[in-house]
Amino acid sequence: MNISQRPAIRLEGAALRLGRKTLWEDLTLTVGAGEFLAVLGPNGSGKTSLLRVLLGLQPLTAGRVEVLGQPPRRGNPLFGYIPQQRAFDRELAVRGRDLVAFGRDGYRWGWSLPSRAGTQKVNEMLRLVGASGLADAPIGRLSGGEQQRIRIAEALIGEPQILLCDEPLLSLDLHHQQTTVELLAACNCRGTTVIFVTHDINPVLSAAHRVLLLAAGRWAVGDADAVLTSETLSRIYGAPVEVARVGGKVVVLGVDLGSHAPVTELSEAAVS
Amino acid sequence: MILWHYAFVQHALIAGIITAVLAGIVGTIVTTRNMSFAVHGVAEVGFTGAAGAVLVGLPTGVGVLATTFAAAAAIGVLGVRLRERDTAIGSVQAFGVGLGVLFLALSPRYATEAFSILFGSILAVTVDDLIRSLVVGAIALTTLGVIYRPLLFASVDPEVAEARGVPLRLVSTVFLLILALTVAEAVQVVGVILIFTLLIIPAAAAQRITANPYLVVLYSVGIALTATIVGLACALYTSWPVSFFVSTFSFVAYLLARAMGTRTRRAEGRRAGEARSAGDRQQVTKAS
Repeated sequence: MNISQRPAIRLEGAALRLGRKTLWEDLTLTVGAGEFLAVLGPNGSGKTSLLRVLLGLQPLTAGRVEVLGQPPRRGNPLFGYIPQQRAFDRELAVRGRDLVAFGRDGYRWGWSLPSRAGTQKVNEMLRLVGASGLADAPIGRLSGGEQQRIRIAEALIGEPQILLCDEPLLSLDLHHQQTTVELLAACNCRGTTVIFVTHDINPVLSAAHRVLLLAAGRWAVGDADAVLTSETLSRIYGAPVEVARVGGKVVVLGVDLGSHAPVTELSEAAVS
Repeated sequence: MILWHYAFVQHALIAGIITAVLAGIVGTIVTTRNMSFAVHGVAEVGFTGAAGAVLVGLPTGVGVLATTFAAAAAIGVLGVRLRERDTAIGSVQAFGVGLGVLFLALSPRYATEAFSILFGSILAVTVDDLIRSLVVGAIALTTLGVIYRPLLFASVDPEVAEARGVPLRLVSTVFLLILALTVAEAVQVVGVILIFTLLIIPAAAAQRITANPYLVVLYSVGIALTATIVGLACALYTSWPVSFFVSTFSFVAYLLARAMGTRTRRAEGRRAGEARSAGDRQQVTKAS
C-alpha cells in the first residue's frame, strides 16, 4: 500500500437525507491515497448515494467532503467509475473497443477523427485487463465477466486516481467475481485508490484494506476483522447479530430485519 | 433523363438528400435508445400541424415543424423517467391527433394538403419548402455533430456517462428536439405513416451489417440515400408514389442486411469464442 500525505477522500460530519429518510449522518472518514475501501451495507443504506456525493452528482445535507483536497465536481477526471454488469441488447452496434474509447473521450462535445495513438491506447488498456480478444466483439454478446473486464479498461483509460466501483460483482459467477477482484486489486497495487461498494464482503475480503459498514443510518469503519464482529454489527443494526467465520468466509447470522432465514450471508435479500 | 431538368424534380432531389442524410444519422440513435415509439408519436402530431396550417392559411411545412417541435418538448418535460416515457408519448400523441381532427373539421375546404402529409408529397416541394429544409437540416446536423459522441455514450452506458460528467437530461432533451426537426423533414418525403422507412429501417439494417458504431452511421446514411434517390427516380418514370418505392427499397436493404448480418455475426461469434478460449488459456498459464 502506497499511502501519501494527501488523503484521496475526506468526509467530515457528513450527512445525507433523501426525503425524510436519513441514509447516514455524522460520517467522518478519511480514505488514504492508494487505499482499497470496501463499502458494505444492505439495500437502501446509501452506498450508491455516497458514490454520487463523491462524483458531485448529489450534494450533502450536512458536513464537508473533499476529493484529493478539492470539493466534488461533476465530470471530475480523477475518478473512474465501474457500474454493475448489465444486459446490453445483443444487436447493439457497440464493440468492446468502443466502450473503452468512451472512457477516453466519450464525454467531450464535438468530433475527433480516429487516431492511431487513440487506438493504441485502447488496445493497451484492453491488453492490461486481458481482453484484447474482445476488442471487436459486440458488447451485447459478452459474458458478464468479460463485460466487467471491458468496464475496468473503460475506467482505467482515463488514468483515474480513484476507482469507484458500484456492485461490480453483482450477477457474476464465482470465477468471474474472482478475476474481476484480482484486476481491481492489481490496479490498487499500482497506486489507484479503490472504493468498492458491495453487499457481500467475501469476494473482496482479501483485497480490501478497510471496510465501511453503512446500515440503518449508522456506520462503522475499520479492518474487516474489527468491523465484522458480533458486537459492531449488533450495534449498527440495533439488533443481536452473530458473525462467524466459516471456511474463510464471513457469515452473518440473525440479522432479523424482515428476513426469517436462520443463517444468511450479509446480503440484500437478508436485510431488506 | 430529361426529367431531371425540371425544377420540381431538382427540388425533390435536394430535399430528399438532406432528409436522407439527417434521418440516416438520427435513426442510429433512435434504434440505440429504443425510441421508435417517440418517432411515431412525434410524426403523428405532425399531421395536426399540417391540418392547423391549412386552417389558418400557412404552409403545411411550417405547421408540421411547429407541432413536432412542441410535441418533442412536451414529451421531454413529461417523460423524464424512462418508465414514464411511453405513456407520456401516448398521451401527447393522442391529444395532438385529436386536435388535428378538430382542425380538419373546422377547415372551410377539403384539406387535401393535410392528408398529403400522411403519405408524403416530395414532388410538391416549393422553393420556400426547400429553403426551410436546408436551414432546418443545417441546424439539426450541426447540433448533432456537437452532441453525437456524448449522446452515444449516454445512450449506451448512462451510468458511466453521468459519472464522467455527461449531462444526461440536457443531451436527451436536445436529441428529442433534433428528432422533431428530422421528423418534420422526413414527413415531406415519405409521410407521417411511413416515417419508419427513413428513421428506423436504414439504421436497423446498418446495425445488422456491422457492430462498428461509426460504420453504422455511414451505412445507415448510405441506405437512406439510395432508397430515396432510386425511389424518386422510379416514381418519376412510373408515376407510382415515391413513398411506395422508398419504403420498398428500404425494406429490401433491410432484408439483404439481415441475410448478410447473420453471416457476419456468426463469424464474429466464432472469433469471440476463439478469443475467449485464448483468454482462458492465458488465465490458466498465469495461475499455474
